[in-house]
Amino acid sequence: MPQQVSRLALLFAVGVAVLIGARLVLVPKTFGQFGHYRGAAVDSIAARPIKYASHQVCAGCHEEVHEKREEGNHRGVACEVCHGAQSAHVADPTGIKPPAPRDRGFCPLCHQYNPSRPTGFPQIDPVTHNPLTPCIRCHDPHAPVPPRTPSECGACHGQIARQKVASRHVDLRCTTCHGVPEQHKITPQAVRPTKPSDRKFCGKCHAPDAVPPAEVLYPRGMVRMIPAVAREIPRVDIDTHGGRYLCWQCHYPHYPEK
Amino acid sequence: MEQDDRPTEERPVDRRTFVTQTILAACAGAPILLLGGVIRLPVLNGVQEGEASEAYDPTGHYYGMGVDIDKCIGCGRCVEACKTENDVPRDAHHFNTWVERYVINGEDEVTVDSPNGGIEGFPPTMAEKEIRRTFFVPKLCNHCANPPCVQVCPVGATFQTRDGVVLVDEDYCIGCRYCIQACPYGARWFHPTKHVAQKCTFCYHRITQGLLPACVEACPTGARVFGEIEHRATPLARFTRMNEIQVLKPYLNTKPKVYYANLDGEVR
Ligand code: HEC
Ligand code: HEC
Ligand code: HEC
Ligand code: HEC
Ligand code: HEC
Ligand code: HEC
Ligand code: HEC
Ligand code: HEC
Repeated sequence: MPQQVSRLALLFAVGVAVLIGARLVLVPKTFGQFGHYRGAAVDSIAARPIKYASHQVCAGCHEEVHEKREEGNHRGVACEVCHGAQSAHVADPTGIKPPAPRDRGFCPLCHQYNPSRPTGFPQIDPVTHNPLTPCIRCHDPHAPVPPRTPSECGACHGQIARQKVASRHVDLRCTTCHGVPEQHKITPQAVRPTKPSDRKFCGKCHAPDAVPPAEVLYPRGMVRMIPAVAREIPRVDIDTHGGRYLCWQCHYPHYPEK
Repeated sequence: MEQDDRPTEERPVDRRTFVTQTILAACAGAPILLLGGVIRLPVLNGVQEGEASEAYDPTGHYYGMGVDIDKCIGCGRCVEACKTENDVPRDAHHFNTWVERYVINGEDEVTVDSPNGGIEGFPPTMAEKEIRRTFFVPKLCNHCANPPCVQVCPVGATFQTRDGVVLVDEDYCIGCRYCIQACPYGARWFHPTKHVAQKCTFCYHRITQGLLPACVEACPTGARVFGEIEHRATPLARFTRMNEIQVLKPYLNTKPKVYYANLDGEVR
């Protein structure tokens, strides 16, 4: 072999050796074990301490509370949402006592009225809802129920009720358009009210020849029903107005606008 | 070319021979390099099996999350739980998960806010009469199947695990913040004292123990569903089958694994 070539080969071999050496030193041990990253990182992340023990663990010792909660309205609310992350208490039940949210400030985090909340979620206005008394005086935190059946639909459908009050449909009762079984106010998910299903429904008041019910024609506070003071209800041709669409695809029934 | 009469050893190597022999030598050396590169793990590193991997087999899992917009009440308990579980700094700038409030008024103008991530709730914004639609959108890392943050990391400090979770190797991160720039969802942040990139881990330390991520555990209405994507009979699979599913910014081809149900067209 010519000398130049053997020297070059030597140089090359040294280069490769240095490279391998550098790799050995610089690249972490488990790099590339599973992919282009340090395999050991996965284990160290998986080994981080757990703070929320999970409600299944609480159930092991607090069976009574667990069963009560499981059957009540708070079945979805995990113990540690109210009592804080309690892995420490699980490890040392008598040494570490979890706090309990006994004051009025806490529950409104979920139950204060907020228009962005989905309709049907039970909401109250903490300022006017039995002020000053702690919530847990009247509602068991582990299985809360309204002490009596709410009379207003707005207790649970706050946004709809508030919109309707400000709308031209203010004098229409919810029950004019919805058939509501009494049981809906107690187990709302299980028993559903009816909803209008066709265009003819709105025609009961808005068709040219319709005779709307008196409570709508004579707004609240009117003592005698004199036809001359009856309110004008805008009329449309039910067969042609709005084409093939349902009325409420264009007009929101709880806040109808032209 | 001229004839050269000197003995072969004394002749200067001509250019052609030099080039061919160098290439040959390089070819002979290449396998060594390749060996170093490809089979480096057992030969050069000595395999180190982690302890945690004994009981938990990541190859049997592939995780995702479902979020039902119609169920979110914006109570911020997920944000609280996440901060506690993962030691996220308690200020208004650092979040693994946060809740956004969308308000769309009569003129179809969209306002989005997230005061302190929603951890203390949402104070009223505009007069209710002006509101046309409004709802909450919980956000978190999408654990993309095609994650841009992982692609840009210069050192391999962020990666996708075999069970489909995008993680950050805190000990290896050099704090260059490329990944924070690259994330189209704003889901990464820079730790003010550790000086490394941080993000949602799907509570990797919990899920590998069979627990739910802290945000899912804390959600009172079941708006968050966590689980396996690929098995059929799981809550998440049911969720994605029963609902019309959308992901955030699908046109970026990041293939997010956080699936939204009942998502409004305005959400981005
Ligand atoms: C290993 C059994 C055990 C587990 C698991 C456990 N607890 Fe307890 N817990 C106890 C005992 C025992 C007490 C009573 C301590 C005492 O009165 O000294 C207690 C007391 C409490 C109290 C009342 C504290 C007080 O001031 O009286 C609360 C609240 C509580 N636990 C919540 C929880 C929650 C939430 C969990 C789940 C994360 C949990 N516990 C899990 C054993 C347990
Ligand atoms: C909605 C919030 C909330 C949730 C959810 C909740 N708790 Fe409580 N818990 C409270 C409050 C408030 C008190 C204090 C009651 C009192 O002082 O009358 C309390 C009291 C307790 C007590 C002590 C008094 C008692 O009634 O025995 C225990 C133990 C307890 N909770 C365990 C649990 C466990 C276990 C769970 C989950 C299964 C749970 N809690 C879920 C709010 C909650
Ligand atoms: C983390 C959120 C959360 C917190 C905190 C919370 N709740 Fe609830 N609450 C719920 C959910 C979810 C329901 C079930 C709603 C449903 O059935 O749609 C509920 C239901 C109720 C109901 C029944 C309402 C009805 O008409 O069905 C009452 C009453 C109630 N909670 C009171 C309280 C009180 C009192 C507290 C404070 C101790 C509290 N809640 C704290 C989430 C919460
Ligand atoms: C003096 C007793 C009392 C106190 C204190 C009280 N409530 Fe109520 N709560 C009621 C009654 C009665 C109802 C039944 C609905 C109605 O007619 O107002 C009710 C209903 C509810 C409902 C269900 C919404 C509905 O109308 O169906 C929720 C949620 C609720 N309360 C939460 C709270 C919270 C949160 C607090 C503390 C901030 C609280 N309550 C304090 C008596 C009380
Ligand atoms: C205790 C709380 C509560 C009260 C009181 C209540 N609702 Fe509901 N309502 C709900 C819940 C919860 C739902 C289900 C929301 C959902 O899952 O989308 C619902 C659903 C409805 C629906 C929709 C049904 C459907 O199939 O989409 C109508 C209509 C309705 N309620 C009307 C009323 C009317 C009218 C009243 C008053 C007479 C009333 N509700 C009182 C809680 C309540
Ligand atoms: C003019 C008739 C009318 C009145 C009055 C009315 N609704 Fe409705 N409501 C409808 C129609 C129509 C729908 C169906 C809308 C749809 O399917 O998009 C509906 C749907 C609903 C729903 C289902 C959720 C939603 O927003 O679509 C709820 C809940 C509801 N109404 C509650 C109420 C309550 C509570 C009141 C009284 C405060 C009320 N409604 C008064 C016509 C009415
Ligand atoms: C029980 C009778 C009644 C029914 C049923 C009824 N409406 Fe009305 N509607 C009224 C009254 C009363 C007014 C207000 C008249 C006024 O004061 O200008 C009104 C007004 C309106 C307006 C005009 C609003 C404006 O700004 O001028 C629209 C649009 C409308 N209703 C749509 C509907 C639709 C859609 C339905 C079916 C879901 C419906 N209505 C069902 C009684 C009714
Ligand atoms: C395709 C959309 C669309 C549909 C569907 C629709 N409307 Fe309208 N409606 C309008 C528009 C736009 C106006 C205002 C312009 C006008 O006066 O024609 C209006 C106006 C009205 C008015 C007020 C008329 C006046 O003279 O003040 C009433 C009442 C009304 N609609 C009722 C209904 C009823 C009842 C239905 C179902 C049979 C219905 N609309 C379906 C679009 C629609």
